Amino acid sequence: MDFGPYLLLASLEGLVTAAVLSLTALGLSLVFGVMRIVNVAHGEFFMLGAVLAWAIATPIAGNPALGFALAMVCSPLVVGAMALLSERLVLRRLKYEPEATIVATIGMLYIIQQLALTFYGPDARAVQAPFDWRIQFPWFGYSGYKLSVVGASITLMLLTWLVLARTRIGLMLRATQYDGETAQAFGIPIDRVYCGVFAVGAMLAAVAAVLIVPIQQAHYLMGLDPLLLSFIVVIIGGLGSLKGTVVAAVVIGMSDGIISVFFSPTLAKILATLLVAMVLVYRPQGLFGKAVR
Amino acid sequence: MTPADTTKRVLMLHAGVIAALFLAQFVLPEYHHGVLARVMVLAAYATGYTLLFGYTGLLSLGHAMFFAAGLYGAGLTVYHLGWSPPAGFGAGIAAGLVLSVMVGFVALRTTGVAFMIVTMMLAQAVYLASLYFGEWTRGDEGIVLTQAMRTFEIAGATIDLSLPDERFNAALILYACSLLICLAVVRAPLGRVMVAIRENEDRTRMLGYDTFQAKLMALALSGTLSAAAGASYALLFGYAGSTFASIHYSIYPLLWVLLGGAATTLGPLIGTLAITYMIDVTSGFTSAYLLLVGVMLVLLVLWSPNGLLGALRDRKLAWLP
Amino acid sequence: MAALEPLLTTRSLSRRFGGLQAVANVDFQVQRGEIRAIIGPNGAGKTTLVSLVCGRIPASEGTIVFEGEDITGLPAHTRVLRGIAYTFQITSVFANLTCHDNVALAVQRTLLSKQRWGRLDRHALTAEVMAALERVGIADLAAVPAGKLSYGHQRLLEVAMGLALNPRLLILDEPTQGLSDAEIASFCDLVRTIAEEATILLIEHNMHVVMSLAHAITVMNNGAILAEGDPASISANADVQQAYLGG
Repeated sequence: MDFGPYLLLASLEGLVTAAVLSLTALGLSLVFGVMRIVNVAHGEFFMLGAVLAWAIATPIAGNPALGFALAMVCSPLVVGAMALLSERLVLRRLKYEPEATIVATIGMLYIIQQLALTFYGPDARAVQAPFDWRIQFPWFGYSGYKLSVVGASITLMLLTWLVLARTRIGLMLRATQYDGETAQAFGIPIDRVYCGVFAVGAMLAAVAAVLIVPIQQAHYLMGLDPLLLSFIVVIIGGLGSLKGTVVAAVVIGMSDGIISVFFSPTLAKILATLLVAMVLVYRPQGLFGKAVR
Repeated sequence: MTPADTTKRVLMLHAGVIAALFLAQFVLPEYHHGVLARVMVLAAYATGYTLLFGYTGLLSLGHAMFFAAGLYGAGLTVYHLGWSPPAGFGAGIAAGLVLSVMVGFVALRTTGVAFMIVTMMLAQAVYLASLYFGEWTRGDEGIVLTQAMRTFEIAGATIDLSLPDERFNAALILYACSLLICLAVVRAPLGRVMVAIRENEDRTRMLGYDTFQAKLMALALSGTLSAAAGASYALLFGYAGSTFASIHYSIYPLLWVLLGGAATTLGPLIGTLAITYMIDVTSGFTSAYLLLVGVMLVLLVLWSPNGLLGALRDRKLAWLP
Repeated sequence: MAALEPLLTTRSLSRRFGGLQAVANVDFQVQRGEIRAIIGPNGAGKTTLVSLVCGRIPASEGTIVFEGEDITGLPAHTRVLRGIAYTFQITSVFANLTCHDNVALAVQRTLLSKQRWGRLDRHALTAEVMAALERVGIADLAAVPAGKLSYGHQRLLEVAMGLALNPRLLILDEPTQGLSDAEIASFCDLVRTIAEEATILLIEHNMHVVMSLAHAITVMNNGAILAEGDPASISANADVQQAYLGG
């Protein structure tokens, strides 16, 4: 294959990675932005979404689209409920103290991972894609499902943006993010905002995971990579900045796809993690964010 | 109680603990003899960790990189260059010192959550590097040091670190040194400044202390002790693999220290011992030991952030260091 | 007689926070041995000015000269070693440490700076800690955790920590805030004895304290110096009355 088509293929793959990553990172970013806490168990909510998608879709006979649709609805709901529960039982008791919260979410990471291993097992399993079209380019055919993942992601991102920018809920979130105490004084139920945001953040990760399982198999250890990549995206995009998160997700997703075609993926990851550390130290507002204060 | 009395009690307690560990080798059955040797090496790692986390208040999520620096510093030089175990041990310590100073200059520009994430990312880079240079490290599979590589002569005596007795006593020497260094530091002026930084860094600066320098010293000390434990692990157990650089090995010392008591000298040993045996016992009927780790972390953070010895110090024994 | 070189001089010292000019072009001098009070309405820039002097915040423009040397670029901890001690407006003693350990941190700093690589002499440490606590009158509380002290005692502990640094310039930021009248009276006596060895820069709202202690008063308003002079001339100054009463 010539260089041009090769690059096109790599870009398409990158676009799919970016689409899934944007959703996952958006969840992390939302939680960090509004609640000022880092959820290390975020990747496990992603994994849980994928594993549940398999558990829900597989027993459904007949058209694969049916099982997939059911998984798309139920899996995020279950994950959201679990996030809600852990928020009530653990995070709220810690008063969202940042360092204690990180340690607690690390604990949650281990718990979720082990439960998945116990009940789901060590195997990697795929979910059948809801449809099986191929789009024929002059040089190669490309999965229509993968492109629809990009479309779904863009739709969801727009929806999130609309909610944040145009609705009362969005206004409450922005007020809480800006100044929690004042927001509370103005009668915003901070407590409910927090648990809602935490649940929605986890659900975004679960949706991303359901979208990915027809492409990439569900496995109990699959949460670590999305967690690290989301960290990278959120940090480089600027902590808590929605726009920055999307831009960074596209940049990282695309470059991850393209770089891993040409370079060793391990080397690419090493460079990416070092870059993130440096950004956090020398430019904490992110590469695309403006300086705060 | 006068300060002199306190000093006497503290010294006697620590000497007593070391003596008890020494005597344990004569009474313990073979299996527990081996477990305790491993616990002492890991407790030395946890002791290094608590200097930074417990006393200075800096929560690192990346200490596995220092442990791994020691592990590979010793493992690779012995395996590939044919260095003797003492030389390899020195190489491991040197690697830990260099790495911790470098990490300190970068990571200590941040505080709180950012410090946690930066250390985690840097450790992840080290872990990935251990996979990337698989030609030398053999990645996850790891390198195995043979009995011959772990044998050396000193003052006419031949010491084979693969033998249980030699291994136990080498582990004991390592742990005793780490414990005494930790004790000396926390009772020295530096220790007082470390605690002050944990309590209120701005105020400490306004008392004339260069807090960056003090934190850098605490990190270098903590990283080097961790590396010494890593180097010992490679030499005593004859194995160096990427697992030890993974995020889990950054979390374990946090868990051990949280359980035993964060700002206590003996807490790391108690925590390491307790968790090791808990995992050992539960592994009899379930492989789900990570569940135990997770549940313990959550429960400790929720109910007992000061750990076992911390609670004891708060209630009864205020003189505990 | 030629005027002695002032202990502290600032030249066109400025500090901006975003668009806000907290301290603007301040030329300010403190003479050796005096008790200087800085007064002014809230937000006048008093705390910002002394924070610039002690190095807690960097200056946007201008220079600070202490003992004839330019210290503008020095970090806060180095300025402490040169003899500038700051006691915090909001009491920030180490709540979990005992009074003894709080003061020991300050004493240790001065002992270690005298003998760079020597061992810390524990007896000298204890003696100096107790002396500092004695001076402010809370020696009997040495073993009590600072967080358990009454508010007034915490303020005294702050002063003891400042004293233990052997400062040439002791900056007291609203030291009498929250103290009872009896405590204020004995506090004023304490400040007078400290003034025998150190120059004192005092931010204070209580005009009674200012008038009874200060040798000279600087009045600030909107980040600039409005008036300066001895207590009598300041209390007669029309501008000052305007700033306090009319502004």
